[in-house]
Amino acid sequence: MLCDSCRERDAVVHLTTIESNAVHQLHLCERCAADRGVETTVATPKHPLAEFLHQQVPVPNTDNIRCTFCNTTMADFRATGRWGCARCYSHFEVGIRELLRRVHGNHRHVGRAYRPPMSESLERAAVLGELKDRLRRAIEGEQFELAADLRDRIRVLE
Amino acid sequence: MSVDLSLLPDGGVGWLDASGAHADIVLSTRIRLARNLEGYAFTGRARDGERLRVLAQVREAVTSVSSLDQAVMYRLDELAPSARALLHERHLVSKELAGLDTQHPLRSGAAVFLADGLGLMVNEEDHLRLQALRSGFALQEAFAAIDKLDRDLGGRVPYSYHGEFGFLTACPTNVGTGMRGSVLIHLPGLVLTKEIGKVLASLQQMGLTYRGLYGEGSEVVGNFFQISNQTTLGRSEEELLDQLLRVVGHVVEREAEARRVLLRDAGYIIEDKLWRAYGTLRYARSLTFDEAMNYLSGVRLAVGLKLMSSLSVYTLNKLLIFSQAAHLAYAEGRALTESETNLARARYVRRALDEEAGSVG
Repeated sequence: MLCDSCRERDAVVHLTTIESNAVHQLHLCERCAADRGVETTVATPKHPLAEFLHQQVPVPNTDNIRCTFCNTTMADFRATGRWGCARCYSHFEVGIRELLRRVHGNHRHVGRAYRPPMSESLERAAVLGELKDRLRRAIEGEQFELAADLRDRIRVLE
Repeated sequence: MSVDLSLLPDGGVGWLDASGAHADIVLSTRIRLARNLEGYAFTGRARDGERLRVLAQVREAVTSVSSLDQAVMYRLDELAPSARALLHERHLVSKELAGLDTQHPLRSGAAVFLADGLGLMVNEEDHLRLQALRSGFALQEAFAAIDKLDRDLGGRVPYSYHGEFGFLTACPTNVGTGMRGSVLIHLPGLVLTKEIGKVLASLQQMGLTYRGLYGEGSEVVGNFFQISNQTTLGRSEEELLDQLLRVVGHVVEREAEARRVLLRDAGYIIEDKLWRAYGTLRYARSLTFDEAMNYLSGVRLAVGLKLMSSLSVYTLNKLLIFSQAAHLAYAEGRALTESETNLARARYVRRALDEEAGSVG
């Protein structure tokens, strides 16, 4: 794509502006963009770790990938040195594996294995929490019959 | 809102009591685990509401975690800056959680649960930062305590965990075990004999790293170093701790040896220097934080060398914490300017040394 301004060089900067509720798209080469005062250099990371990672992570073709859970992109990561959520580890898995190898000399966890609590027990905990709340309210409201019933149900669950 | 320090289990400073192995050289041992809750974006990416839900979920879970059943909870997001600084000076919360780091403003939902020697920070860089603090060189004890808390809590809330990468964290340098073990160690002997450079370089070859008194990014003052494991992935918790135990054990021996050499080869010079440090602390009318740290370092060395007999390591440890700006302001009951802080610091140190003075010497 040619530059909208000089029609000579390749457009590398794609500028979207919104003016009186209309969206304008402008494709500019680096020089014309600079003439218009548009910052063209890639944002340099401010974080020392990010800087280090910036040099370490092979990135070029993953820049457009967004984590579907938290919207983080590789560019975000390079700027902050932080992933946005646990799903990022799957979305950027290949790059991350390589990154971890460089940072830790390894990419495979050999420490304690973990299994999250069964959803059944989580559900039970939630139900228990609710029953206990109701019990508290029942006692406060002096509804002792209801309280006794709730207490029995709690006992069964526990 | 202010914070009542008397409510803290053990005042939050049990880790200063100078018990534990090698207490004259090793001040304290800390192990922290980074964990995140499944189903939410990491703290830095999460919205206010998400962070509050994380806190609510953790609060509910904590009620049935035995090692936290006596815990006190503080909502950092509801505390005044002076109160947050106080908790940070006690090493109970990180600078980031306390919102004292210019890069990280205070977050909604930032909270900490504090129990005897245990802490649980919520909505730090990771949703959860579990930490165990012990006096002296006590890696195994600290690990036993934190591992129990981790298993109890992890059985009640689902952690983010990946079969290959282990526990998932916001920063890739913490992924895997999520564990950072660190030992706060006083190395004046190695600094004075100029051996410290070699020792620190060898740490790095052994996969360890060092920092100042307040962790990442903090300067080394008063010859206090925090030595910790550099990597968290590819080795088990036990292997990482073993390595730290061995290397720090070796550093302790080198420090003890350097102290013996100093006393043998430059006994009177050292003795004079350390007594001068004591004299300054005992009589100065204004002390900056760095000055106080450096003189306290000297006096601490003198106590370790048995040149000063009845000044206790515990008193010196307390001085390290209580002579900091937020603690001085808390004791005075008002905000202090920098010069007032320096005056208050000198007054506080003088008084503390006076109390123990009768038998010093």
